[in-house]
Amino acid sequence: MALPALLLFALFALVPMAIVVYLSFTRWDGLGSPAWAGTDNWREALTSDVTRHALWLTAKMMVFSWVVQTPISLLLGVFVSGKQRYRALLAVFYFVPLLISTAAIAVIFKNLLDPNFGLGAALDLPILGQDWLGDPQLAFYAVVFVIAWQFVPFHTLLYQAGARQIPASLYEAASIDGAGRLKQFWHITLPQLRYTIVTSSTLMVVGSLTYFDLVFVLTGGGPGYATRILPLDMYITGFQSNEMGLASAISVVLVLAGLLLSLALLRFSGFNRMRSQQAGM
Amino acid sequence: MSALSHAPSTDSPARPTPTTAGTPGRLARLRGTNPLGAFGGLLWLVVVLVPVYWVVVTSLRTREGFFDANPLALPTSPTLENYRLVLDSGFTHYLLNSTLVTVGATLLTLVVSFLAAYAVVRGTSRALRWAFSVFLLGLAIPLQATIIPVYYLIAKAQMYDTLPAIVLPSAAFAIPLTVIILVNFLRDIPDELYESMRADGAGHWRMLWSLAVPLSRPALITVTIYDALNVWNGFLFPLILTQSPDKRVLPLFVWSFQGEFTINIPAILAAVVLSTLPILAVYILGRRQLIGGLTAGFGK
Repeated sequence: MALPALLLFALFALVPMAIVVYLSFTRWDGLGSPAWAGTDNWREALTSDVTRHALWLTAKMMVFSWVVQTPISLLLGVFVSGKQRYRALLAVFYFVPLLISTAAIAVIFKNLLDPNFGLGAALDLPILGQDWLGDPQLAFYAVVFVIAWQFVPFHTLLYQAGARQIPASLYEAASIDGAGRLKQFWHITLPQLRYTIVTSSTLMVVGSLTYFDLVFVLTGGGPGYATRILPLDMYITGFQSNEMGLASAISVVLVLAGLLLSLALLRFSGFNRMRSQQAGM
Repeated sequence: MSALSHAPSTDSPARPTPTTAGTPGRLARLRGTNPLGAFGGLLWLVVVLVPVYWVVVTSLRTREGFFDANPLALPTSPTLENYRLVLDSGFTHYLLNSTLVTVGATLLTLVVSFLAAYAVVRGTSRALRWAFSVFLLGLAIPLQATIIPVYYLIAKAQMYDTLPAIVLPSAAFAIPLTVIILVNFLRDIPDELYESMRADGAGHWRMLWSLAVPLSRPALITVTIYDALNVWNGFLFPLILTQSPDKRVLPLFVWSFQGEFTINIPAILAAVVLSTLPILAVYILGRRQLIGGLTAGFGK
């Protein structure tokens, strides 16, 4: 009974991984037949400044996304898990970005951050009125912000669910001992949320390898190479410059990054313990 | 999205579903008010809602009104002209394509994943344990990394520029997470229930259909919602695997519409609003299941 799922998954995910390794040793324009090229693509990918820069940007994006999104969604999640009055109202509105497609979110912020007609310029606020997407220094952080806008609600939901499962007796005991709210947060809430933190961080870190559509529509990788993260570098190389072989080599790097990160996270996070608790991912 | 149709259309506050059942009342009493949290919560609310408000208000402006007005003021002469322009640009056709692709991919994912999860939980063979590891590992494969060979395969299979070309890979990439969530849930069904059914002479298929399926309803709702949202909003597979306008789905329509009407920003934002309305309607109808399902599925 597991066969249909395995076959479908193998056909579109496992077989392609084998093919992409093969293609990375060929020269192919996407239309004709792939021609064997030896290690040419690999030499180019590993020495190309563009690809190395893309790899660096991807790592930077991962770190910044985690650093920005985790504290916000953790605090928001714990907060909305508390009083019913807030939760009912806020949970409704926090959820909105999850419903808007990534393409639409990119279109929204492309216009909202426009230096001439966007929000900042029109409100005459110099801080907001910068050329967010046109300035190579700022574009990266603008992308980090838009990604946070899109994904914080999802992670807030995770933390909200996690915080609701903390037994109230722990807090009762702590307040009898005279622990203040800050102490309770530090010594009860945070440790109790450790599995949620692991789940959320895993999804964030592996997910950051897949930010494609947002950056593609928002900046197209620019200005210059300022936001050309690895998946985008792969797409542009393959489907715009028609160098499918080189793009395949970049894809293999992406797969390896994904697998390595996942294995590292599994190792450090004690995922096996999580599984014995039936913790979903 | 069929599971959503069972949702009651009440608009009462999100209550925890049985699987997330915590201790709402007790926590509320203990924590009391939290001014700093309230401030942060409201601040993020502003960050979320101002862009949304701006989109809706701007979509109602005239083209001239857009350049004159304060962006956050209500439009002086609101117009639905932009929405007419979007509807005249073939919107309903893209809506239909998106619906077909989403329903097709979600159904396919659910059926094959449920069978696989049931087999993994009830079966005993080594091969099944090995299969489960494959799905676990599958979570780590970034969809982008396989797009070139998927394009190659779809082209070889003469399926390029068809709707099934989007459905099949979208379903395939939804399988690992769907199977894992379902397995986690199915493991909680006690063996005694299966045994008593077996004693009544039920075979595997009967146990699957009249025991496992009804009991896993919360998990099924979770994965249905999650998979459907992902497919509905999917961008890369449609971008790479289709070409002609009549095979395109809503996210691509929004993207290409923006390219076409670069300076008519109210019209672009009307396209954004219209493309979000269907999913918003589903959300309003099934909000409790949606939030409850997502938190139950991931929050453990």
